[in-house]
Amino acid sequence: MEIFALFDCIISPACLISQAAGGLKIGMLLFLVASGLTLVFGVLGVINFAHGALYMLGAYFSWQLMSITGHFGLSVILGALGVGIFGILFERILISRVYNAELLVQILLCYSVILILDDLVMIIWGDEFLSGLGVPELFQVPPLFIFDAIIPPFHLAIVAMSFIVGIILWFIMTKTRFGRLARAAAVNPNMLEALGVNINLLRAGVFMLGSFLAGLGGALAASVGSVVSGMGNSIIIESFIVTVIGGMGSISGAFLASLIIGMARSFGAVAMPLFTDGLMFMIMVLVLILRPEGLMGKKK
Amino acid sequence: MSFLHKDNFHRDAFLGLIVWLVLIVFYHIFPDPGIHDIIQKVFILGLFAMSLNILIGYLGLIAFGHAAFFASGAYTLGLFLQSDYVLSLGGLSIPIAMILAVLISSILAALIGVICIRLNDIYFSFLTLAFQMLIYSIILALVSITGGDQGLMGGFPKPPFLGIDLGRPFDFYAFTIFISVITIVLLRQIIESPFGYGLRMIRDNSERPAALGFNSQKHKLIAFIIAGSIAGLAGSLQALLDVGAYPEWAFWSKSAEPLFMILLGGMQSFLGPLMGALIFELLNDFVTANTRYYGLVLGLVILCFVLGLKKGLLDWILFKFNRK
Repeated sequence: MEIFALFDCIISPACLISQAAGGLKIGMLLFLVASGLTLVFGVLGVINFAHGALYMLGAYFSWQLMSITGHFGLSVILGALGVGIFGILFERILISRVYNAELLVQILLCYSVILILDDLVMIIWGDEFLSGLGVPELFQVPPLFIFDAIIPPFHLAIVAMSFIVGIILWFIMTKTRFGRLARAAAVNPNMLEALGVNINLLRAGVFMLGSFLAGLGGALAASVGSVVSGMGNSIIIESFIVTVIGGMGSISGAFLASLIIGMARSFGAVAMPLFTDGLMFMIMVLVLILRPEGLMGKKK
Repeated sequence: MSFLHKDNFHRDAFLGLIVWLVLIVFYHIFPDPGIHDIIQKVFILGLFAMSLNILIGYLGLIAFGHAAFFASGAYTLGLFLQSDYVLSLGGLSIPIAMILAVLISSILAALIGVICIRLNDIYFSFLTLAFQMLIYSIILALVSITGGDQGLMGGFPKPPFLGIDLGRPFDFYAFTIFISVITIVLLRQIIESPFGYGLRMIRDNSERPAALGFNSQKHKLIAFIIAGSIAGLAGSLQALLDVGAYPEWAFWSKSAEPLFMILLGGMQSFLGPLMGALIFELLNDFVTANTRYYGLVLGLVILCFVLGLKKGLLDWILFKFNRK
C-alpha cells in the first residue's frame, strides 16, 4: 500500500482534481447502470442479475447503429431504447413467471440469461474486442486544464448527461402518475390491481426504464472503451455494491453510493493499485455489517 | 446437540464401500482416461455442491460466496506443499496438507459465518458474495504469495504416502472417490441427526425454534462451518488434480456452478447435488466437444429446469416414484 502516494496526490491540485474528475466519471457511469438495477428491485422486488448483460447489449446495439448511421447521439439513444424494448420482452416472457418464486429461482433464471446473451453476442458479433464508438466530433477538442489537471471535455459531458438522467429519473418517480403508481406497486401490488391499474403494463414499463438505463450506461461505456462479450460481468457486481451501499430500491442512495465507489476506485488506484476492487468490497462488507439497509434505505 | 444418527450408519458405510468398489472395477473395465476424469470431477464438484446444499436445501439460506472456501482449500493445500520453508523441513505429506486445508477453510468459514448469519434473505446472499469477492481481491493483490492473476504456478510435489502415489492416475482416482464417499457418508449422518432436523426446522419456521428455546444462530453457524470445510476439502482435491490453484476459483461465477448443480439434481434429496454434478459434467463434456457455445446450451438447459421441470432431476424422479 502506498499511503504516501495518496498523500502526495491529495496535496497536489493537479492530481487531486484529475483523480476527482476521474472518480466522478466512473461514479456517474456506474450510477446510470445501478439506478436501473435499484429501480427494478425497488418496484418489482426482483434482483435482476442479468442487468449487466443488458448493459453489454446496450454497448453492442449502439456499436452496430454507429457503424450503420455514423451518428453518435442517435446510436447511443436508439441503442439504449433497443435495450429497453428487449427489457419488455425479457420481463414479459421470463421475469414475470418468477415474481413469486424463491430467490434461488430468480437468480438462476437471470444467470441463464447472462450465459445465453454472452454467447449470442459472440455468435452475432464475434468474440474479438470491438473498438468503441469513439468520442463524437463535437468533443474532439483539446482537453481542459484546471490547475494543470487534464480533463477531457467528453468526460464532463458524460457526467453532465448522467446528472440530467438522474434528475429526469427523480422527476418521473416523484412527480408523474407513472412514478407514483410504480412506488405504490412496490408497497402493495394487489391493492393497485384491485383499483383497476394494469399492473402488468406498469411492471413492463418499470422494467423497460431499468433496462434503458442499463443500455444507456453500456452505450456510453462503449464510447470510451471497447465492446466485448462478458463486459457486463464486472459492472453487475459493481452495481450490486452500489445498490447495497445506497440501500436497495433507493435511487438517491444509489447516487450517493456511486459517488463513493467512483472516488474509492479513483483514489484507490493511487493508494493501492492492486487492491482497488478489494477496497470496494470492504466498503460493501462494512455497510452490510453496520447498516444492512444501506445508507439511504429504510429500516425493515 | 447431537450430530450422529447411528441407525443407518452401518448401512450407509456399507453402501459407500460398495459404490467405491464398483467404481474401481469400472476403472479397469473402461480404460478411457476421459471417463475417469469425468468421474473424479463429478465427485469433487459433487462434494462442493452438496456442501452448499447444507445451507440452501436444509437451512434455506442462499449463500452466494461459497467458492471462497473452495479456493481457500485449494490455495492452502498448494501453498503448504509448495512452500520452500516447509520443503526445507522435509515437506508435508498430502493427508496433513489436506487436513490443514480443511482446518483453515473451517476457520475462514467461522470468521465469515459469524458475521453473515446475522442477516437474512438477500442481505445474507450479498454479504457472502462481498466476502468472497474480498478474498478474490486479496488473492489477486498478494502476487508474491499467490501468483496473482496467473494462479499458483510452478506446481508442487505430491509425495507418496501409505503406498499411494497420487501422481499415478489410478491412485488419484481411487483416493479422490474414497475421500468423497467417506465425506458423503458422514454428511448423511449429520443431515439425519437431531442437528440436521434442527436445520430443517429453522428453514421451515422462523418462530418455532425460538419458542422451543433452541439456539438458531448457533445451528446456522455450525452448518456454515461444516459447509465451508467440505467446500475446502473439495477445493484441496481440485488443487491436487490440477497441481495448482487459480483465482477464478474465488470469483463469483465459481459460486454459481454449485447452484446450477443443485438446480439440475435437486435440493430436496440428499444425493441431488451429486447427481446435478454428474449432469453438469456430462453436459460440459458433451457440449464442449461439439460446440464453442457452451454457455448458450447450459443457459437453455437451466432455463428449461427453472421454468419447466421446476425441480431437480433426482427430486423429480423421487417425487414420481413416491406417488405411485
